Amino acid sequence: MKHWGFTFEKLKIASFDFTCCEGCQLQLANRESTLIDFLELLDIRNFRELSSEQHNDYDIALIEGSISRQDEVERLQAIRRQAKTLVAFGSCACFGGVNSLKNKFPLKELVAEVYPGMQIETMPVRKISDVVKVDLSIPGCPVNKEEVERIMVNLATGSLVTLPKHPVCFECKAQLNTCLFELGEICLGPITRGGCNAVCTTGKTPCLGCRGPSEEINMPAFVELVKARELSLDDLQEKIAFYNAFEGFSNHEA
Amino acid sequence: MIYKVIAKSEFKRFTDALLRDNTSFGPRQVDTDSQGKAVYQFLPVTSSDDVAFDYTATASSAKHFFLPFREELSRFVFQDQEWDQQISYEGKPIVLIGLRACDISALNILDDVLLKGHFPSPYYLAKRKNTFVIGMDHLPLPDCFCKSMSHHTISTGFNLFCSDIGEDYYLSINSSKAFNFLKEFNTRDPLDDDNCRLVERRKIISDSFLSEVDVTALPSILDIEFDSPVWEKWGNKCLNCGTCAMVCPTCYCYSVEESFDTNLKGATRQKQLYSCNLVDFAEVAGGHNFRPKNGDRLKYRYYHQHRGFAENANQQICVGCNRCGRACLAGINPKDVINDLRMEKESCLTNISSSPDRI
Repeated sequence: MKHWGFTFEKLKIASFDFTCCEGCQLQLANRESTLIDFLELLDIRNFRELSSEQHNDYDIALIEGSISRQDEVERLQAIRRQAKTLVAFGSCACFGGVNSLKNKFPLKELVAEVYPGMQIETMPVRKISDVVKVDLSIPGCPVNKEEVERIMVNLATGSLVTLPKHPVCFECKAQLNTCLFELGEICLGPITRGGCNAVCTTGKTPCLGCRGPSEEINMPAFVELVKARELSLDDLQEKIAFYNAFEGFSNHEA
Repeated sequence: MIYKVIAKSEFKRFTDALLRDNTSFGPRQVDTDSQGKAVYQFLPVTSSDDVAFDYTATASSAKHFFLPFREELSRFVFQDQEWDQQISYEGKPIVLIGLRACDISALNILDDVLLKGHFPSPYYLAKRKNTFVIGMDHLPLPDCFCKSMSHHTISTGFNLFCSDIGEDYYLSINSSKAFNFLKEFNTRDPLDDDNCRLVERRKIISDSFLSEVDVTALPSILDIEFDSPVWEKWGNKCLNCGTCAMVCPTCYCYSVEESFDTNLKGATRQKQLYSCNLVDFAEVAGGHNFRPKNGDRLKYRYYHQHRGFAENANQQICVGCNRCGRACLAGINPKDVINDLRMEKESCLTNISSSPDRI
C-alpha cells in the first residue's frame, strides 16, 4: 500500500477462538460499508471463519475467548511464541467474560449438570492475560467493529492505539437518553469504559459492563448511589459479576 | 423590540405553519421517571400538537444544536504527494421552539465566548445565524436558581419570546424575520390590561423561586478557597462521568482528534464536546495528567462556571438551570457546593478573636 509517500505493509493477521461464541470474530466481517477497505489493510493468514487456508507466519494474533482447558493453554502458548502482537479480543479474552460465571460452582457439579455421565476435562475459566502476556486489549461483547477498524488503521499506519478513558454515561448523554437510574434500574454506565456509543442503554437496557472498568472508577461512590436510591445490592452484585470485568472492585462493601 | 399580543389559538396556527415548513425542534416528553415525573428533551416537531407547551425543563439543554456533541471540523483528501483540506461551515436553517429564558441566556454567553473573542468560531456562527429561536417563559422548578444568576428574564438572543398571560401570549419580537412572519397572523398591539398582565406574570415568576444561591463575590471566594477541603469532599463523590458538562447549556470545552479513513485515502479532524470532570481532560502527550484527582477536576469546573475565563471577561457562565444538579447521580449540585464553600469561609468567623473590650 502506498500512501502519501509512505509505504505500509498489510497487517499479517490471524484470528483464533478459545472458550467463546466466536461472535467477536464474526464482527470482523460486519460493517459492510467499509468492509472491502478494511480487508485491504489485512493479510489474513489464519482465520477459520473467513478462509480454509491456514498459515502460521502471522504477526498479529487476535484471541477470542477465555481459557478453560489444558489443551487451550498449550495452543495459546504456541500462538504467543509466534505473534509479535497478541490481542485479547472481546470481553471473554479480556476479563473471562460470561464464561467466568462457572467459577462460582464446583467443577464436578457443573459437569454432572451439563454433561451428565460424560468424561469432560475442564478447568476454572481464566482470562488470556492470566496465561500469557497480552499486548493489546479490545474489550466488548461483542467488540465494536468501528473501534476494531480504527485500531487496525492505527496499527497499519504506526499511530498510537488507545481506548476511550471516559465511561458510558458520557456517550449516553450525547444520545439524549433518559438515565436508567431515573427509571429505577441499576446501570453500570458510570463505571464502564465507553466506546460502544451507549448502544445498550440507548435501547433502554442497563449497561452490564462488557467493556470493563473505565479509568479510575469511583466504586465507593457508585455503591453509595445504589444504596441511596434503595436499589437491590444483590442486583448490583449480579451485574458487576456478569462479565467478571470488575475483579478487584467487586468486593467493595456492597 | 416590538411587542404584540396573540391569542393562544392563533399562536397555535402560527406555530403549525412554522413547524410544518421548517426543520424544527421543541420540547417533547420522552419518559416518565420512577418518581412519576415527566422527562423532556428537545426533539423534532412538525406541528404544535407535538410540542409539550406545558413542559417543565428538558433534561439536556439546547446546546447541541449549536455545538454538536461530535462535529467534523475538516476533511483531508490525499492524492499522490499532495493533500487537500476541505472545510464547510454547515448550518441548515432550523426552528427551536420552547427555550426558557435561562436557555437563551446560555446562548448569549456562548455568543460572548465563541463569537466575540480573538478567534470567532465560524462553525458556531453558521448554526447560530441559521436558527430561529422562540422562547417561552415558565414558572421555576423548585431547584431552578436562575434568578440568583440574574438569568430568569431575557431581552436579547431570541427571535420571538412568549410570555403566558392567560388566554394570550405577550410577544416580544426581536427580529424582522419574526415580525414579517407574524404579519400573516392575527395579532394586536398590547393594551394597558395586557401590560398589567405581563407585569403580574413576571412578578409571579420572580416570586416563585424556592432556591437561592448567594453568588455575590463568588469569583474572589473561589480564589481564596483554592485549597479548601470542600473540593476533596465533593470530589470524593464524583463519578468522573462527564454528565454535568454534557447536559449543561454553556459548557463548551472540547477535544479534537484526527483519524485516517479506513481506505487511507483521506482523514477527518473531529471535535467532540468533552468534560473537565473526565479523567483524561488534562492529560497531555507522554501521559502526564495535570489534574489527576477528582476534587481538582471538580474544582476547575466550578472555576470555569462561576469565576469565568479570560475569553468571557471573567464572567460567570452558569445560568442557574440546575440541569447538572438534576442529572448528577452522585448528588453534586451548584447550590450545595457553593453554599459549602461559603460555610467554609464563614466558619473562619468563629476563630477570629473578639473585639477588645472598651477601656
